[in-house]
Parts: sequence; structure tokens; C-alpha cells
Amino acid sequence: MELQNIWFIIWASLWVVYFLLDGFVLGAGMLYPFLAKDSHDKKILLKTIGPVWDGNEVWLIMVGAGTFAVFPAAYALLFSYLYPVFLLLLFALIVRGVSIEFREELFVRGWRKTWDGVFVLSSFLPAFLFGVLFGNLFLGLPFDAIGYHGSFLRLLNGYSLLMGALFVLLFLVHGSLYASLKITGPLTHTALHTARRIWIPLVAVMAIVLVLTSFTTRLGDSYRTSYALITVPLLAVLALIAIRMFLAAKKPFMAFVSSSAVILFFMTSGFIGLFPNLIPSSIDASHNLTAYNASASPYALKIMLITSFIFFPLVIGYTIWAYYVFRERIKAEEVSDETSSGY
Amino acid sequence: MTSMFHWTFVPLTLGLSVLLASMEIRYAFTGNELYLKMTKFWGKLFVINFVLGVVTGITLEFQFGMNWAEYSKYAGDIFGGPLALETLLTFFLESVFIGVWIFGWEKLSKKAHAVVIALVALGATLSAFWILVANAWMQHPVGYAIRNNRIELVDFGALITNPVAWLKFGHATTSGYALAAFFVMGVSAYHLLKKNQAEFFLKSFKTGAVFALLSSALMIGIGDFHAAEVARTQPSKFAAMESVWDTGTHVAYYTFLVPDPENERNRFEGPKIPSLVSFLAFNTADAEIKGLKDFPRNERPPVHMTFWSFRLMVGIGFAMLLLSFLAVLYTYRKTLERHPRFLMLLILSILLPYLGGQLGWIVAEVGRQPWIVYGIMKTSQGISTNVSTAQVYTSFIGLGLLYTSLAVIDIYLLTKFAKKGPDKDVSVFLKTTSEHTR
Repeated sequence: MELQNIWFIIWASLWVVYFLLDGFVLGAGMLYPFLAKDSHDKKILLKTIGPVWDGNEVWLIMVGAGTFAVFPAAYALLFSYLYPVFLLLLFALIVRGVSIEFREELFVRGWRKTWDGVFVLSSFLPAFLFGVLFGNLFLGLPFDAIGYHGSFLRLLNGYSLLMGALFVLLFLVHGSLYASLKITGPLTHTALHTARRIWIPLVAVMAIVLVLTSFTTRLGDSYRTSYALITVPLLAVLALIAIRMFLAAKKPFMAFVSSSAVILFFMTSGFIGLFPNLIPSSIDASHNLTAYNASASPYALKIMLITSFIFFPLVIGYTIWAYYVFRERIKAEEVSDETSSGY
Repeated sequence: MTSMFHWTFVPLTLGLSVLLASMEIRYAFTGNELYLKMTKFWGKLFVINFVLGVVTGITLEFQFGMNWAEYSKYAGDIFGGPLALETLLTFFLESVFIGVWIFGWEKLSKKAHAVVIALVALGATLSAFWILVANAWMQHPVGYAIRNNRIELVDFGALITNPVAWLKFGHATTSGYALAAFFVMGVSAYHLLKKNQAEFFLKSFKTGAVFALLSSALMIGIGDFHAAEVARTQPSKFAAMESVWDTGTHVAYYTFLVPDPENERNRFEGPKIPSLVSFLAFNTADAEIKGLKDFPRNERPPVHMTFWSFRLMVGIGFAMLLLSFLAVLYTYRKTLERHPRFLMLLILSILLPYLGGQLGWIVAEVGRQPWIVYGIMKTSQGISTNVSTAQVYTSFIGLGLLYTSLAVIDIYLLTKFAKKGPDKDVSVFLKTTSEHTR
């Protein structure tokens, strides 16, 4: 297999891993003030993501830096064309990081509500913006030999907004299922109940997105080359149904596995549709940025591949270990009511 | 550039992680509770600062594509590699283990927990290496070929053995260690003046002082080699650092001078030490130093900024060496409490290494101008062409405001918890002191 193809797969996998991991952090971040009935509950919920959010976010940094190293032309165009999207994303991610860590220390009494709102918003925005980003990638960006002809408002088209909604709903379900696995007592039921309720609009939006994708984007082209590939989006749909079935069967862990599978198969379907394009042009397909014309030199690709084969297993290894260390559910009595607990 | 803000949060993280690792390892092996208490108190301050380093780090990774698209396209083949490796090899290490460290007191054995912070320290130090490999390449490009309308990597070995990278790495990490050590000394001095928890803060002070002396000395030593390397690899920067206008041998060092770039001379020159500049750069008085006049005007860096920043940075470096020497001396003579003015001075000196670090980056980055990659690409060619000026200003002002407020929060919280001192806090903070025996 050509180096560029291998790197396209790794590139896609990095996105998938990021969404799998940060998906539940963003989801739990959007939900926690609504699940919690008091500040003690809030602390418990925050503690479910406290030890892991930081490491999860690094996968996004890895996507950014990896794109830079392996597909420098795509990195340069993507980030400069979608400047406002990434700027908003940056703001949200910075504010989210700060609010997770400093919520307790910074704002006492009256401010806590505001701070909760800030945290919800800064969890919502990235989820939504990633949806908008991929919506636009699926549609293609308006650029040709002269340059970019888009604007921020054009990025907010109907299809992309719908993708934004899909990501938000998907992460909400994913996040509430994750939370339900890390806590005890009545809070668990609230989380599972929430997952069940959000599942309904998720199915509706997913159905519309899948139909629209096959009609309005060129992603279908890849599937025409081999009809067997259609199993991937089908698996996404099956996994979506499985969430509800496992919830009914009171198997929350399997439901979480299913929501992970939805993310995995949905994103994979998207990447299959894109391949070999990284950024398709919506006006002139001859200017599509592909894994071939946007890649770094073969030598650089090889160096990066060798280091990846050595270090990704290591990273994955100690990440699994970290999750293993915190495998136990958080008990209500573990979290003190005093301020600045947890740190 | 964001890098400056990044560097305000990062060196404290870098240095404190190493100090913390040394404290906790001593605790793990001696079982002395005082070291545990130290780890927790300084660890609290470390965690506050850590987050800000992380969030500004994301920005740095995105900004090259957003604002420097042309540069990223042209040099990405070689420049993206170290950034990706930094993430893969070090950010993951730091970020995964910091979570385990903060929340894992009750979940891990003493020794395992100490190993975790050591890994965080390792990650922090190595990440400085990779980012400096990238930066050093802009200062002194190696291992590349210009092909297919871009700069391509041809020799990875040359890239990571770039002497400039190693000198920068040595200079920057020791300066980060020194910064954290001055931070620890300054905060301890505050409490010693207040006669608060003398035993705890004397011990902390001692750790800080020894660490500060060692790292300041190393920082200056490596800095000297680094400057000599600059003379070889970036003669225009070196000439601006010393404000040398005419090419010649036996170039004298003026203890005081005022550059006059318009007239290509120095307006005022104080007492001089003959041949010192030549000697510092090439270890021989006969060495030729290329003066600024031999560079076309549009290839000279801003002389005032480069020169004054360099002078001031060197002055600060030596002041740090002197202060930490006195600190070690008084600690071992056990006369620290008899020098309240000195302690007061040390509180103020927390700012010294911060200032020195910023000046150092000014010398490195402004001194490289007008080049973004020395000798190959000019800064004006590197910026994004498809991003409107309005967008750049919005992001500049927006991020500027955000960072400033982050810095304010950081300083506010650090001051709050530093002043509060340990004990009262430790019981709440991770609420494990005595039961931590597993």
C-alpha cells in the first residue's frame, strides 16, 4: 500500500479516536448541570472527566500537528480557510479547560451558576463546530486555482448546521452513557434516562443527515466503486439501534460500546466517502486536496510512520493504564462538599 | 506571537515538574512526611499553572496554519515533523500522567505515584526539546533541500542533531528550572518573613536555592556557547546583539554603548575591553566579526531591540547567579532569618527570570528578522494570504484579551494559594496525608 494511503487511514483514525474520547467529555460537559440536582452531584460528575479530559484533548492536538507534518498543504489551507471556525474552537477549548480546573477556586457563591453556564457553552461549541466542520468537508469548500471564495456565513449552511446538531446529540448520548458508568446511586438512573430521551431526536437527525449526505454530497461516489462498503454506514445505523436495545435490557456498558460504535462507523463512512480527498473543492474537482497532492515528501512520511509505529502503541498502552487506574465508579462519599476538593 | 504568552506559563510548569519529582521521590524513598507536604503544596501551584500551559499549547499548534499558512505550506515538510513528534512523544505523556497524578493519590503506591510525576517532568522537558528543534531549524536550517517549490526534509538525523537545537534546549530548560527555583525561593521567603511554618519553608527554600544556583550557572554557561554558535550561524543577529557595525578582527566589547542604526554607528561608547567580542564568539582575539554594515539594510534585524534585550538578559542572568549564590550561602550558614532585606529582594526576584526569558525570546525572534527561516524565507512571505487583515486583528485582539485574562487568573490564583501556605490547604487538597500508606 502506498504511504499516502496508510497516512490517510491514520489521519482518519486520529479524528475517530479524538471523537470517541473527547465526545463523552464534551457530552458530559454539556449535561452535568442538568443531570445534577445539587452542587455535590455536579462535583461527582466533574470528577468522572477530571482525570482524563486533558489526555483526551491531546488527540485533537495530535490531529492538528499530524496534519501539519503529513499533509502540510491541507493543514495550511484548512486552518486558514476555516479561520473563524478554528478561532471559535480555540476560544471554546481554552475556556473549557480553564473552567474544568478553576471552577472551584475562582468563582464563589453567586458566580458558580455563571461558571456552569460557561462550561456548558464551551462544551457545546466544540461539539457543534466539529459537526459544522465535517459538514463543510463533506460538501467541499469553494476554492479553485485563484483561492478561496467562501465566507463564514456560507459555512453555516443547512446541511452543516444539521451535522452540528448531529454531533451535539451524539455526544450528549455518548457522554450521558459514559457518566452513568462512572457514578453510583440515583444519579445513574438520571443519566440513563437522559440518554434514552436524547436518543429519539438523535435517530431523527441521523436519518435526515444520511439521506441528505447521499443526495447532496459526492461522498456516494466512493461507495459506487465497491458496494460492499455500504456495510459501514449500515453498521452505524445498527449500532444506533443497539443503544436503545441495550438501554432497555439494562446493559449500560453495552449501550456505551454501541454509542462508541456509532461514532466509529459514522465517521469511518464519512472518511470512506472523502477518500482520497482531504479537502474536496465544491467548485472544481481538479483542485481537490488529496492525500497524494497535499502530502509531505516520501522521506518525511516514512520517518513519521516509523515513529508512529513505535510510539502510538506506547501512548495507547499508558492511556489504557490510566483508565484502568480510575476504573472504579465514583462514590458519593468520596467527594467532599468543601470547596477546592478534587485538587 | 502566541509563543510569548506560551512561554510565560510553560517555564514554571517545566521547572516545577522537575522540582516536584525530586521532592516526591525523596518522600517515596525516605518516608519523610515533610517532603509529602512539600509535594502537595507546590503541586497545587503546579496544577494551577499547568492548565494554562496546555491550553496555550493548543493555540500554538493551530496558529501556524491559521496565520502562517504560506510558511506552513512551504516549510511544513520539515517543520511539521518536530511538532507532531512533540505531541506524540511528550504531550500525551504529560497530559495523561498529570491526570493520574492529580487524582491518583489514593489509587497508587507511594513509589508509583512518584514515578508518575517524574514522567510528567520527563514529558515537559522533552517537549521543550522538540519545539526547540522546530525553532532552531528556523534559526539555522539544516537537513533540507528545496524541491517541488517547497523545503523538503532530507536528513532527519541532521534535524535533531542541529547544534543550535541542543544549545537552545540546554539554555531554555535550565532557564525554566531556574525560574521555578526562584519562584519557590520567593514564595518561601515570603513565609519566612512572616515567620510562618519555618521548618517547611526553610526546607523548600533550600531545595529552591540549590536548584537555582545549579541551573543559573548552567544557563549562563550554555548561553555563552549558544551566543558563540549564533556568531557562526546567524552573523547578522550576533552583530545586532553586540551592535557591531564594522567588520574586523579584535572587536572590542564596550561595557556601555548606545546604538545609532540611522547613521550606522554607536552614538556613545563607554569604557571598552579590547578584543573581547572576538574572543567570546570564536575563542580567539584574531577572529573576524562581520559588522552590520556588511548586510544590506533590509536584511538587518532591529538593532535597538535586539541589542538592549540581549544586554538586559545577560545582566539578569548574572544577577540570578549572584542571588542564588547568596541564598545557598545563607542557607548553609543558617543565617537566612538575619537577612530580611535579602528575603524581601528574593520575593521581588520572582519576576527576574520571567523578564529574562521574555528578553531571550525577543533576542531569538526579533534578532532573526527579517527572516522567518534564516537566509531562506522572509517573514513577510510566510503569512497567510487568504486571511483578511480584519480576521488577523480580531484573533490578535481576541486572543490577546483572553490570554491577558488567563494570565491575571493565573497570577491571582498562584498568589492566593502561595500566600495561604500549606497545612490548612493540604487537608482539603487531595485529602490524603496520613491514610496515604498503601
